[in-house]
Amino acid sequence: MSSGGEATAPRGKPGGWLTLRRRNALLPLALVVPGLLWLVIFYAIPIVSQLWISLQTGNPDDGFAQSWNWAVYPDSISEYSEQLLRSLQYAGTATVACFIIGFPLAYFMAFKAGRWRNLFLLLVVLPFFTSLIVRTVAWQTILTDDSWIVGALKTVGLIPPDGRLLATSFAVIAGITYNFLPFMVLPLYASLERMDRTLVEAATDLYASRWTAFRKITLPLAGPGIFAGVLLTFIPAIGDYINAQLLGTSQQYMIGNVIQSQYLVVREYPTAAALSFIMMVVVLAIIAAAARLIGTKRLSEAAVA
Amino acid sequence: MSETDVALRGLTKRFGDMVAVDNIDLDIPRGGFFALLGPSGCGKTTTLRMIGGFEEPTAGTIELAGKEITQQPPHKRDVNTVFQSYALFPHMTVAENVAFGLERKRVDKAERKQRVAEALDLVELGPLASRRPAQMSGGQQQRVALARALVNRPRALLLDEPLGALDLRLRKQLQLELSQIQRDVGITFIHVTHDQEEAMTMADTIAVMRDGRIDQLGTATELYEHPRTAFVANFLGNSNLVDAEVISSSGRYAEVDADGGARLKVPANAVAAAQSPQIRIGVRPEKMTLEAGNGQQLDGDSNALLGRIVDAAYIGLATQYVVHTEGGADLQIFVQNSSSRTSGLDEGDRVVARWDPEHTFVVEREEQHAG
Repeated sequence: MSSGGEATAPRGKPGGWLTLRRRNALLPLALVVPGLLWLVIFYAIPIVSQLWISLQTGNPDDGFAQSWNWAVYPDSISEYSEQLLRSLQYAGTATVACFIIGFPLAYFMAFKAGRWRNLFLLLVVLPFFTSLIVRTVAWQTILTDDSWIVGALKTVGLIPPDGRLLATSFAVIAGITYNFLPFMVLPLYASLERMDRTLVEAATDLYASRWTAFRKITLPLAGPGIFAGVLLTFIPAIGDYINAQLLGTSQQYMIGNVIQSQYLVVREYPTAAALSFIMMVVVLAIIAAAARLIGTKRLSEAAVA
Repeated sequence: MSETDVALRGLTKRFGDMVAVDNIDLDIPRGGFFALLGPSGCGKTTTLRMIGGFEEPTAGTIELAGKEITQQPPHKRDVNTVFQSYALFPHMTVAENVAFGLERKRVDKAERKQRVAEALDLVELGPLASRRPAQMSGGQQQRVALARALVNRPRALLLDEPLGALDLRLRKQLQLELSQIQRDVGITFIHVTHDQEEAMTMADTIAVMRDGRIDQLGTATELYEHPRTAFVANFLGNSNLVDAEVISSSGRYAEVDADGGARLKVPANAVAAAQSPQIRIGVRPEKMTLEAGNGQQLDGDSNALLGRIVDAAYIGLATQYVVHTEGGADLQIFVQNSSSRTSGLDEGDRVVARWDPEHTFVVEREEQHAG
């Protein structure tokens, strides 16, 4: 029926091909093109070129040539398995620490802070106003051996007299936790803030204790925020090398430190590219597993009734 | 008369300087449909929230079935609430929503399933058990909220403006359904509303609240026919109120002086309740009749006031007149258009407004600023 209308639509006029219908169809495309181009040029092409480089062999002086050397992957994994595992462990621990610190903070800001809410939000993002390096160097001075914090901890006996904070895994994890905390707090806050508090009242009205109401209502409804916060913290944390470099020693180096040194110091480009690729696959696998976990949980909840 | 289900004793709630609920004493009978009626800000919702356990009283006690529950948290109270916004859990299906309370009470699975099915049948939502709240209309969500509360068979069900978000037609329909369900299940319903028609349609007993206090408590008929305050007289329907002074009281009727010299009869028992001879008397607009004339003979059994029609509006089933009396009062009078002939009265005509003394009620005179 409408096709008859189209047939009689004005055509033949110069520029008449850009009918309203066509324009409406083209608009979404026009919106997506800049982002798509950006991703293709600065993301898709580099990934392919990384894969290409990782399979090359040679040395920095004579140059590298493509030889389809797939062995670089198992070799890199076995050589740097220590740093790979350490990255997972540090990033995982820091993410858990961010959640433990961040959830109560986000909860407080969303429900208890009242008119101070915006001030707290500002305080959460305030560290972002200085650079990551500067912030981490500041931590260096805080944790250094003759700092008053270390002195105070020694006095109360929390660390032994010859113990130190700087150059330990604690320092690196603490630094990562500090640097990425806002990435955890902000999505958590956003998901809690838009929650209808009457739902918690309704749960307590239906015989749920405050704890049960939290577990059955608040936590599930904060689910998307938790998922986003965990990803936004874990993914940059696993590739981080600043904290390990400034707050740790080579004993605390993460995979980011290895990649950086392979690229810029040793100039062993294929190994660096392979390690980058491995890390990306690991992160993707973890995201898929997490999404699957949350997704299936939703499904099983729906199936209970 | 009947057993008391919820008893409020000296119940008070202050928010800072503001007194939301002011020393209320109230006995809500078991198994009835009770309405708390009043304008917004009168303290009715705060009262309900204190019964539900969501607000802590500043002073006073709450008893449920003879036991004090003032300090009990909501989840320990044998009452359930239907919230104004329904507050359905968005991440659960309809059946999971309804089963929530039973799960918390550790009702075993087979019984739970059966009671959920029964509750959903009661509100005619059985086929939609596996839907999510977001997939339902407002009226359906309202029914889910009702089923979720009723399935627990609480001692009392608290309803906080449950029909407020629905359109008029659906509201009328659900009013009737709610009263029907209340009669079927026999649970005490405590219903908060600002809609006088809704309260009168559904409730057995209505408490009219104003400024944190209960102005008057009674059946719909009592409140309408014998309001005791000007506020109640005007909040439930329209009223004509004029100042009056009691002159004599003998036998069935008391005689009062009103509207600048007119002698009117008022039921003696209504006057007896008043604390001073300075009173206000009232009559409903539809209880009055109009006739042309200047009132040569005003004696007789009926009350009469002389005046002039200043406005006449034909509104279909009735004609609405405004009569300016000789004493300076403006009376509203509804004359039903029961025959095809109109009364023939029009603006400017001199008329006598008459009514049966039985329909005269007495309210306290109060300072202008109150109410």
